[in-house]
Amino acid sequence: MNSVLESTATDCHAASVPDYTPVDELRALQLHRLQTVVTRAWRQVKLFRSRMDERGLTPDDVRSLDDIRRLPFTKKIDLRDTYPFGLFASPMKDVVRLHASSGTTGKPIVVAYTQEDIDVWTSVLVRCFAGCGLHRGDIMQIAYGYGLFTGGLGAHYGAEGLGATVVPTSGGNADRQIMLMKDFGVTAMCCTPTYFLHLIDRAAELGVDMKELPIRAGVFGAEPWTESIRRHIELKSHIEAFDIYGLSEIIGPGVGCECRRHDGLHIIEDHFYPEIIDPETGEPLPEGSEGELVLTTLSKQAMPMIRYRTRDITRILPGRCECGRTLRRIDRIGRRSDDMLIIRGVNVFPSQVESALLEIEGTLPNYQIVLTRTQGLDQMEVLVEVTPQMFNDKIGALQDLHHRLQGALDHVLGIRVGVSLVEANSLERSEGKAKRVIDRRAS
Amino acid sequence: MKIQQISVFAENRPGRIAAPARLLAQEGIDIRSLYLADTAQYGILRLIVSEWERAAALLEAHGLVAKVTEVLAVEVPNRPGGLADVLGALDGTGINIEYMYAFPCLRGEAAILIFRFADVDAAITRLQTAGINLLASDELLKK
Repeated sequence: MNSVLESTATDCHAASVPDYTPVDELRALQLHRLQTVVTRAWRQVKLFRSRMDERGLTPDDVRSLDDIRRLPFTKKIDLRDTYPFGLFASPMKDVVRLHASSGTTGKPIVVAYTQEDIDVWTSVLVRCFAGCGLHRGDIMQIAYGYGLFTGGLGAHYGAEGLGATVVPTSGGNADRQIMLMKDFGVTAMCCTPTYFLHLIDRAAELGVDMKELPIRAGVFGAEPWTESIRRHIELKSHIEAFDIYGLSEIIGPGVGCECRRHDGLHIIEDHFYPEIIDPETGEPLPEGSEGELVLTTLSKQAMPMIRYRTRDITRILPGRCECGRTLRRIDRIGRRSDDMLIIRGVNVFPSQVESALLEIEGTLPNYQIVLTRTQGLDQMEVLVEVTPQMFNDKIGALQDLHHRLQGALDHVLGIRVGVSLVEANSLERSEGKAKRVIDRRAS
Repeated sequence: MKIQQISVFAENRPGRIAAPARLLAQEGIDIRSLYLADTAQYGILRLIVSEWERAAALLEAHGLVAKVTEVLAVEVPNRPGGLADVLGALDGTGINIEYMYAFPCLRGEAAILIFRFADVDAAITRLQTAGINLLASDELLKK
C-alpha cells in the first residue's frame, strides 16, 4: 500500500487507503457491512422491518451482494411519511446532529448522524478532497450554505479533516467572497457551480481577474452541471474544476467525487453501495447501462438507507480508473427521473409551489415556473394567473395578494423566488395541460 | 345613484389595453371613461361603458378577468374650493375613499368625479344630506 501512496502522493491522504482496496477485498467488506446494516435497520426501523416481513425476508437472506436486489427500496416519500424521526435506527441520545433538506411538501426531510456517522462523513470528504489533489496547506473557502443544508458543514469538516485551512464564508455576499479569496490567498473553493460562475462574473465587474488569484481548484456540487460549464469555469478562472456528488438522505456531499483524471465520479464504495435500476420497473440493469442510481449506506448508524432511490440518472462506468483507485465510477449526473428542480443548490418540487399557492387562495390558480440563469445564477419565477376570485379592483389589494404569495413561496421553498401576477389564460398550455416548468437555463 | 364600473386585470405590457378596447368596439359598446391604475408589473383598467352588463359578459367570455364595482359619480362645482367642499362633507364621518378619478366630460359647468367608497351606502346618504349632487347612470351616460 505504501508504494501506491508514494507514487500518487499528490492526490491522496492517509485516509485515502480504502480507495485502493483490492476489488475482491472490497466486495467482501461491502457484503459484511451490508449484512450488518440490514440487520441494524431490520432490528431498529419499523418501516424496514415490515417491508422485509411482507417479502418473507430476514437479514439472513442476504448471503451475497447480489441478494441486495431482493431488498425493498426506500424512497423520499418514506422520509416524509415518517417525519421527523421515524427512520432513525439510533436512540436520540446517540444522535449528535440533525440536518434537513426540502421535501416534496412543506415539511422538510430530516437526517440524523451519530458521532461515528459524522466521523465517516468527514473521512469520505477527506478522501474526495484528497482525490482532487487538495492537502494540508491548502486554504479552502466553503461557500455552501451553513446550517440545516448538509453542504456547508459537511464540506467544512471534510476540509478540516484534510488539514486544510478553512474559510467558512457560507453562501451569499459575493463581494466579500471575492475579497477574502484575494486577501487570504484562497487556493480552493467549495460551492455550487452556478455560484462560482456568479463569482467569476462579479470579480470581473470588480476589476479582479480570477486567473491572477492563487485559487487552483474548485469542488463543485449540489446540482447537476455540464462539461461546457466546466470548460467555461476553467477558462475564466484557470482552476481545475471537480464534480462532487452527494445527497442528504445518504450522508450529504462526499458520496462520490471526481479524481484528477476527470473521468467520472468515484463512489466511496466501502460506505455507499451503488446499483443502477430501471426507474420504471425497479429492475437492476446490466452493468454499464444508464438508469436510476440506487444507494445503500453500508455503515450508517443513525439513519441507515437501504436501496435509496436517488432519482438521479447515470451509469456505472466500466473498467478501472487510471488513478489507481479501485472504487467504481459513475457518469456525471445530467438529469433526474422525477420533477425535482435544483435552484441554486436547493431542491424544489413543483408540488411545493402548489401547496404554497393553495395555502393563500384555497383554490389552485393556473401557474408556471420559469427558470432562467442570470450572471451564472439560477433564477426562479412563479407566474400566477389571476382568477376572478383573486382579482380585486384595488391596487393595494392586488399588491397585498402579491406579497402574501411571495411570503408563502419563500416560506415553503426556503429560497427567494420571483412572483408575477399574469392575466388569466395567458400561460402556455400543451395539449390542454398546463406546462408547469419552463427551463431556459441551458440556452 | 350607483354606477356600475367594470375593472379589468391587465399585465403591464404592450397591447394589454388594446385587447378589451377592441372587444368592446366590435360589439358597439361605448367606453365613456377609462382610468388605469398601475404598478410596474400589472394594472387595473377601470371602465365606465354604455352597457355594463353586456360588456362584463363579453370580457369574461373572452377570458379576461373582469369585476363589476359600484362607484358614485359626484358633481363638483367648477370653481376653486369645489372639490374641497365635497371632501369636507365627508370629514369626521369615517367614510373612506378607496380611490377617485375624474370623469372626462363636464356636465354643464360642473366637473364629475368618480369615487369608490368602502361603504357606498353610507357615502350616498352623507353626500346627499350635504346637498351634493350624485348623478344616476342615465344622466352620466347621456351625451
